[in-house]
Amino acid sequence: MSKITPEALKHLAKLARLELSDDELATYATQLEVILESVDKIREVAAADVKPMSHAVGLTNVFRKDETKPSLDRAEVLAQAPAAQDDRFRVPRILDEE
Amino acid sequence: MSQDLTFLSAHELAQKIKNKEVSAVEVTNAHFDRIEKLDNKIQSFLYVDKENAIAQAKSVDEKVAKNQPLSPLAGVPLALKDVMTQRGVPTTCGSKILENWRPPYDSTVVKRLKENDVIILGKVNMDEFAMGSSTENSAYQKTKNPWDLSRIPGGSSGGSSAAVASYFAPLAIGTDTGGSIRQPAAVCGIVGAKPTYGTVSRYGLIAFASSLDQAGPITRNVLDAALLNEVIAGYDPMDSTSINQSLASLSGAAQNKDIKGMKIGVIKELGGEGWQEGVLENFSQAVETLKQLGAEVVEISLPHALYSLAVYYLIAPSEASSNLARFDGMRYGLRVGDDGSHGVEEVMRLTRAQGFGPEVKRRIILGTYALSTGYYDAYYGQAQKVRTLIAQDFQAAFKKVDVLVSPTSPTTAWKMGERVDNPLAMYLADLATLPPSLAGVPAISVPIGLAKEDQMPVGMQIIAPAMSDHKNYQVAAALEHAQGELLISKIGDLASKS
Repeated sequence: MSKITPEALKHLAKLARLELSDDELATYATQLEVILESVDKIREVAAADVKPMSHAVGLTNVFRKDETKPSLDRAEVLAQAPAAQDDRFRVPRILDEE
Repeated sequence: MSQDLTFLSAHELAQKIKNKEVSAVEVTNAHFDRIEKLDNKIQSFLYVDKENAIAQAKSVDEKVAKNQPLSPLAGVPLALKDVMTQRGVPTTCGSKILENWRPPYDSTVVKRLKENDVIILGKVNMDEFAMGSSTENSAYQKTKNPWDLSRIPGGSSGGSSAAVASYFAPLAIGTDTGGSIRQPAAVCGIVGAKPTYGTVSRYGLIAFASSLDQAGPITRNVLDAALLNEVIAGYDPMDSTSINQSLASLSGAAQNKDIKGMKIGVIKELGGEGWQEGVLENFSQAVETLKQLGAEVVEISLPHALYSLAVYYLIAPSEASSNLARFDGMRYGLRVGDDGSHGVEEVMRLTRAQGFGPEVKRRIILGTYALSTGYYDAYYGQAQKVRTLIAQDFQAAFKKVDVLVSPTSPTTAWKMGERVDNPLAMYLADLATLPPSLAGVPAISVPIGLAKEDQMPVGMQIIAPAMSDHKNYQVAAALEHAQGELLISKIGDLASKS
């Protein structure tokens, strides 16, 4: 199994939208190593032909009727937003990113 | 009088309210008085909601006065784990990222509690996003075990278990992903049940690992747990994994103490070396009791049970890394760095860095890793396959026995701080509770005694096939009845503890 280097961890953090300090990177690299070592033993189970289980209830494709229904109160929802403007969520700029 | 009210069971309180011996407002105030006086020692409540609770209690008293029909738990106070949304009431999930958030909707569990006139006293502490086994991962406070204030109350529903064991409420809602109802109930000497996955709606339960999360009751006796389970269970179109099928009567099963002829399997893999001696001793005694009550006890092997830890710590973090992507600082909760100089992705990164605690970050990273290209098949995919094998072990076992039993947790409550820097040691607390979680089957923890080493409570876990929750309640009630006095009655006076 491959080692988790601080560089690899940095990449994972970027994928997960987490800003991690150098201290955090070092601590997590060590701890994840230990955790991964312990979960690695599932690889010894011969399960090539086993069907994967995604959840415990054997339901698939639960549909509902496509009807209009009242939704959450807009003012109440926007009152909880970090920033709102003109009845909408206000977000930081999304263009000009690297 | 008011002190006495807090020591009654939920079903006794409901009866007294119905009989007009006491009002729901008096009952509610008695619990608030005790919380006010003693929760500074325990720190179980994050938010005490007098206004709504008293209003709810008044409406129950009006119904009583008008002789209107009452639900079986009408007027009985409850502590709500802070993972459940309640409209207009702060819901933090133990995290700074949701500090001051007031949800615009009720979870289905809360809706059902309100419809049944159960009085919600407030929100109780938990490990951040329900990740942990000691409640020390809460971003707000460290909840203590009321048996010994230097020890953890279990987790992640540690606020719920501590509040109930402290007589702050006879009822609490917990949630269980890998043991978060059963382990805290066990280490606090009370009852906790994880229902069959899909029987209690997850709508408004802030998601950790959706294929495993399930809400359930934490109480001081088996009948109260059954009554609360009946209140919260039921089909809900708002949850796409909700099962449209009714359970057999749970409160009926909790009053049927006859287990003669029942076949009970002791899980071979859950015990032995590395398990606390006092835990195993109490467990063997409880198994003896089951035999004396007329049950037929056999040993059952679940060959893949010991892979549960590995399977769980791949599947749960994978689902969490995906579920927790919604906390991006855009629509609710914390937002950091929005000063015009940062773009949206940077704001998300800064918000999540400041809003999430160490265990949550650790699991998000672990899940991201297990799902990333090159590792998906070896980790997440393989874990899902082994999960199938674990579920099949249970199916095979239930062809031979009615229920399975094991100790609920390998040890009693440990000292606070002892496992904080060792995530793996913390994860081991879930060793026995993980297999039924992965299989989606119901399990209950019932107190069976105090360990000789530390005089701390030990629980027995009882596991039944899916949709057979009533069997768990039946066996748990038989065990409880055989012990005579409830274990929790030995807890001692909280006021004199320090």
